[in-house]
Amino acid sequence: MKKMTGRTSKRSRDRRFIFLMLLPAFIFIGIFTYYPLLKGVTMAFQDYNLFNINNTKWVGLDNFRQILTPSAMNNFYQVLYNTLKWVIASLFFQFMIGFALALLLNKPFRGVGLYKGIAFMPYAVSGFVIGIVWRWMYNGTSGVLNDLLMRIGIIDQPIGFLAQTGTALNSVIVANVWYGIPFFTIMIGAALQGVPEDLYEAAKVDGAGVFRRFFSITIPFIKPVLVLTLLLRVIWIFNMPDMIYSMTNGGPAGSSRILTSYMIEYIYSNDYGMGSAFGVIIMIILSIYTLIYLKFTKFENLGDY
Amino acid sequence: MSRKRKKPQYYVGNILRFLLLAGYLTVVLFPFFWILSTAVKGSQAEIYAYPVIYWPEHPSLKNFADIIRIGNFGNYFLNSFLTAGIGATGAVLVSIFAAYVLARFDFKIKGAVLFLFLFTQMIPIFISLAPQYQMLSKLGLSNTRQGLCLIYMSSMIPYSIVNLRGFFQGIPVSLEEAATIDGCTRIQALFKVVLPLIKPGIATTYIFSFINAWNDVFTANMMISSDELKTIPVALNSFILKFDIKWGELSAGVMLSIIPSVILFAFIQKYMGQGLTAGAVKG
Repeated sequence: MKKMTGRTSKRSRDRRFIFLMLLPAFIFIGIFTYYPLLKGVTMAFQDYNLFNINNTKWVGLDNFRQILTPSAMNNFYQVLYNTLKWVIASLFFQFMIGFALALLLNKPFRGVGLYKGIAFMPYAVSGFVIGIVWRWMYNGTSGVLNDLLMRIGIIDQPIGFLAQTGTALNSVIVANVWYGIPFFTIMIGAALQGVPEDLYEAAKVDGAGVFRRFFSITIPFIKPVLVLTLLLRVIWIFNMPDMIYSMTNGGPAGSSRILTSYMIEYIYSNDYGMGSAFGVIIMIILSIYTLIYLKFTKFENLGDY
Repeated sequence: MSRKRKKPQYYVGNILRFLLLAGYLTVVLFPFFWILSTAVKGSQAEIYAYPVIYWPEHPSLKNFADIIRIGNFGNYFLNSFLTAGIGATGAVLVSIFAAYVLARFDFKIKGAVLFLFLFTQMIPIFISLAPQYQMLSKLGLSNTRQGLCLIYMSSMIPYSIVNLRGFFQGIPVSLEEAATIDGCTRIQALFKVVLPLIKPGIATTYIFSFINAWNDVFTANMMISSDELKTIPVALNSFILKFDIKWGELSAGVMLSIIPSVILFAFIQKYMGQGLTAGAVKG
């Protein structure tokens, strides 16, 4: 009996300790992240326009209906298609190049620290500022990329990369690939450090070639990191409007519009009802994606995340 | 053993590796070179010349002088520095405690707690901006640096917790157990034994949070309306909204905004992967 109470009091002491340690973080996230989010979600069901703030009223699902009904001005499905293209193309090239670079950097050489310090620079800069830099490079009349491509002989005359509906989205994706490579190189590089060298040696002795060693040792060993980084990166790319905002703001004629940049267009025209409805749709898509992804990759134990 | 003589493949492989790495470095550096080159061009003719002028013929710091003297960029720089610095300090202080228990204890709702943090990454920032503004208004903190600090702080807490947790997991529990046997309380053990061991983790988390807040444009754009409280990205934003973008001055502003974050990041890139990947590798 005495032993039992001893154990329970240790457990309840643990519980109190855990609670108190988590409390400050919960207070801040609760007040400044989740409470505003809930209020934002309620705006999605209102006619909430700053120009007409005194006539704010509940409109049920009207905002969603308006978004999902295609019209000449607003084609949700085109924007959704753009968003998927933006996420998948950016992610694919960021991941492949980032992974390859991590493998190249895995064998130490003189100056590797300095190399990384410089090569990972893009990671330290915001998508917003990177967008400004690339917008200037893509410039149709005095852009350096046009100059380079003409010198090499790929094009005959300058192209307005960001001013044409056919090239705007692809141009923004190229900039995003450039921007996102260091993330994968850093994360995968850190994971590669953890692969025990003797595993490779043993496989070599057994006669396994480079590819065999890569697919049966490297990949399985760093799989948790691959799964986690791919999950986070998809969410971040999907949810990152700042680069498109500063490069094209979704234009020309909506050709580089993605869901989050479209949301900005509504919010900055003070239509918080419609903007928030977009936000709700984005969260629903990302939640469904995350749940399916976690199931599919058997990465269910979030406790280990 | 044939240690000295290496196979020809070895040299071919190394040369190929060198070329690939050099190629990537060129691609990374070029945009930075170009924005710097534009920033130090003294005349409009040089900036807008086509074919372009790669190497400035008359380098000058005129663009920098203009944005600092006329454009008030010194002040914006200070605002960015204060809000990001204080916001990151708050985020790390709060996160240390939460990250520690999430690394050391198993409890029923741990998965739910971590999901709550993961979910913050899915929130499109624009859905909360107006409610955050209204809340700061009620507290009398809209259009103040303090209000901005509070929002930066809470927005960086989830990532800081996950990152710090990874570093905590790299420290053996036995160290704290030994300390508690010696009569330390848990908190004392945390501060005296564990925290000194994860200094790189704390520095990394701090700098990463700082950089994130330093880079923010949308939150500051919504919360701040007076010119003297603007941060650098907000100032850059008003540049690109103009019909006629002044690329010389804008490039100088871009340089001012990226130099601090790039330098800070160079120090922590070595540790950047550790925190986020530690939890995953152990699982």
